[in-house]
Amino acid sequence: MTASIPLSAQLINLFASVILLLAFAMLAQRRMLPLINLFAYQGLALCMSTLVVAVTTGQHHLYWSAGLTLLLKALLLPWILHRLVRKLHVRFDVESLINIPTTMLVGIVLVMVSFNVALPISQLSSTVSRGTLGIALATVMLAFLMMITRTKAIPQVVGFLAMENGLFLAATSATYGMPMVVELGIALDVLVGAIILGVFFFQIRDQFDSLDIRHMEKLKDG
Amino acid sequence: MPPLLPIDLLLIAVAAWLLIGLAGLAAPGNLRYISKRLFPLGALVGLALGATALNFLGSGPQVAVLAIGLPDLPFHLRLDNLTAVFALLLGFASAGISVYAAGYFRKGQGTAPGLLCLEYHFFLASMLMVLMADDAYAFMVAWESMALSSFFLVTTDHKHAEIRSAGYLYLLIAHVGAIAILLSFGVMTSGTGDYSFANMREQHLSPFWASSAYLLALLGFGAKAGLVPVHVWLPEAHPAAPSPVSALMSGVMLKTAIYGLMRVSFDLLGSQPLWWWGVVAMAVGLVTALFGVLYSTVQSDMKRLLAYSSIENIGLLAVGIGLALLFRSYKMPVLAALALTAVLYHCLAHAGFKSLLFLCTGSVLHATKERSLGKLGGLIHPMPWVAWLALVGVIASTGLPPLSGFVSEWLLLQAFLFSPGLPHSWLNMVVPVSAAVVALVAALAGFAMVKFFGIIFLGQAREEALKDAHDAGPWERVGLVWLAGLSLALGVLPSTIISLIDAATRQLLGTGLADRMKENGWWMLAPISPERASYQPLIFLAVITASLLLGRQLVRRLYHGRVRRSPAWDCGYVFQGPRAQDTAEGFSQPIRRIFETLFRMQSHIPTIRDERPYYSVKVEDHFWHWLYLPLARLVTAFSHLVARLQGGRIAIYLLYSFVTLIFLLLVARP
Repeated sequence: MTASIPLSAQLINLFASVILLLAFAMLAQRRMLPLINLFAYQGLALCMSTLVVAVTTGQHHLYWSAGLTLLLKALLLPWILHRLVRKLHVRFDVESLINIPTTMLVGIVLVMVSFNVALPISQLSSTVSRGTLGIALATVMLAFLMMITRTKAIPQVVGFLAMENGLFLAATSATYGMPMVVELGIALDVLVGAIILGVFFFQIRDQFDSLDIRHMEKLKDG
Repeated sequence: MPPLLPIDLLLIAVAAWLLIGLAGLAAPGNLRYISKRLFPLGALVGLALGATALNFLGSGPQVAVLAIGLPDLPFHLRLDNLTAVFALLLGFASAGISVYAAGYFRKGQGTAPGLLCLEYHFFLASMLMVLMADDAYAFMVAWESMALSSFFLVTTDHKHAEIRSAGYLYLLIAHVGAIAILLSFGVMTSGTGDYSFANMREQHLSPFWASSAYLLALLGFGAKAGLVPVHVWLPEAHPAAPSPVSALMSGVMLKTAIYGLMRVSFDLLGSQPLWWWGVVAMAVGLVTALFGVLYSTVQSDMKRLLAYSSIENIGLLAVGIGLALLFRSYKMPVLAALALTAVLYHCLAHAGFKSLLFLCTGSVLHATKERSLGKLGGLIHPMPWVAWLALVGVIASTGLPPLSGFVSEWLLLQAFLFSPGLPHSWLNMVVPVSAAVVALVAALAGFAMVKFFGIIFLGQAREEALKDAHDAGPWERVGLVWLAGLSLALGVLPSTIISLIDAATRQLLGTGLADRMKENGWWMLAPISPERASYQPLIFLAVITASLLLGRQLVRRLYHGRVRRSPAWDCGYVFQGPRAQDTAEGFSQPIRRIFETLFRMQSHIPTIRDERPYYSVKVEDHFWHWLYLPLARLVTAFSHLVARLQGGRIAIYLLYSFVTLIFLLLVARP
């Protein structure tokens, strides 16, 4: 059974599962700096999986994608986030609205749902990496869950960026990546988004003396 | 180049008004340029419009297509006799009001003069477009522009919170009405998707759908006209607006709603009238008229008094429309024509005298800075022009001969007197009661007008400052004299004018009154036959003038002939002054007591132990407490339920997207 699966597909599945594992790790991670490191590892794993797909299929633009991913998601964005955390002095533990074990259980349910949902779609696909579609969807869901359960602003941004990782994985696995222009555009959007959010962090902290987004409930009128 | 048709001239008038409005933006702060150049130009356009419409009356309909608006959806326009009657009203009334406005607007009144000029002329142009529209799309665009421009005019003095809230109420009810009108048009297309009026005339709706369209139109146009219970905006918006704007809204804009109601019920739904439509319109009209006149008698603010009086007049118009519908459904075209003529005549008359009265309050307001009747009095001495011209308006408004109000109310009552011919015993019993209510309304309107004129202009000045009040300026006088002249002309030349507006009745009902009246000569008005009833206004005018002059001479000759001014109430009471005169509240006290249950009153009556005794009474609208406040509370409660969704918490918002995403993924599986 195992022999029938080519090595490249096995590698891709390996990296995909690493990404999923890292997503769970991020969900469970309470501290800020390790969270960012986990995000960087996820970017690295994503880069590796893209590289494998590129080597297997010989698609040139996927090399570019992989390089861009490495540069942006494994190096530049984690560095920006590190700097932010240092500047804002927010190394403290991350508080979550729901306790971690419950979050993990919800995460497992989400993974099952995602696989269930992705199954008919991946059967339609003919790519080498089609098996990872469920993983990609699960990564998106887990990142989303992280955004919901965290109360501080920085983990929310990390969740947002991790969601983009999941989407990217889905794109490579289902269709060998999006056209280069789209990918460049998305990469730029993510970068700009991170920078704008960084500016917002300073504003939020100035306004509320804290990065706890629960303070923003005061903003609604009435 | 083909000769210009009247419809082209009307379009030129629209364009001219728009251009004048835009010209105001060229120098928005230059009051002199705007008021002394642009407003008189606008008045000239109005005059030209009136003359064109007058000239057109009696000709066949003309159509035009204006390729503006959405692609493939041009404006269809049509000029027929019904449009012409109302365009005549718009042109002549707005001419007087614009001339008056040239002298009225001063510096430092909220909105900049240039902007005001734009809104004002845009308002005029959109009213004309409403009258000319021949498809639902053009109609609604014009209708909404009219509502919006008048909203901005109402809130000219937007620095005051109560003016802003009055404007908001107006806009709200205008939109409820607009939705009802749109739905009504939608029903009338009966699903063909063609929104032109020509198509609506072709449709034969089932009685249920025709009635729905009619009732929706009654609600929608009633909201603009001020029929009970959607009248509440009127007494708020009219005092809030500057006086020329109140005059324009009350005198002209309310009539566009009457025009719309007539267009729908006689023209678009003309093929299948049901008898009970008339009864509904009559019932609503009677309630409105009685309500309006009762509330107008107890007001202490002169513009609110006039606003309620407008509600009363709109009620009378609705009664007339109802009566005409009733007669038409029983195939009695001559009587229907009589009732419809009364309605059209009253539209013209009301446009004249109510604009005149609102403008007079504007002059009083400028001279005294006071709107409350309790602080006015004796203004006939410092302001003779305004006072005497207001007297003309007051007499016309009470329906006394020989002025305009008498003719229309007399025609309406004549229509009632012929109603025993109806082949329906139940109606035959109800209609005379309605006639009695109309008579009561006319009498109470007289009471309200005596109060209006007497408290403001007669007696002695209640405040010291009133002695320095200045009379209206030359521009204002011209405007007032013009409107008073219209009221007089409508009063003394009824036969001539009826033969003009006859074209509109003939168009809607297929018959008119003019043939019958030709044999009587122009000086005599006898709508059905001279044996039944006739009215010779000129003889009336001659007799009244002669007896007045004679009485004056007799008093001069037989009595001492000198004018003496002495304390009016000098019975040994030491501390008497102008304040001892009858007040506005005191004057209407009997009405307030007799109809106590119809008002919602909060009064403070001093006891003998009060250190500083005072009397105050506040009259409020029952509808406000029974209908509008519960409705508002319901809406608020519902909004609070919706607001729960908006927790203001990012996690909750994210959860919404998350749940939606999962739901969609699960639902949309292949």
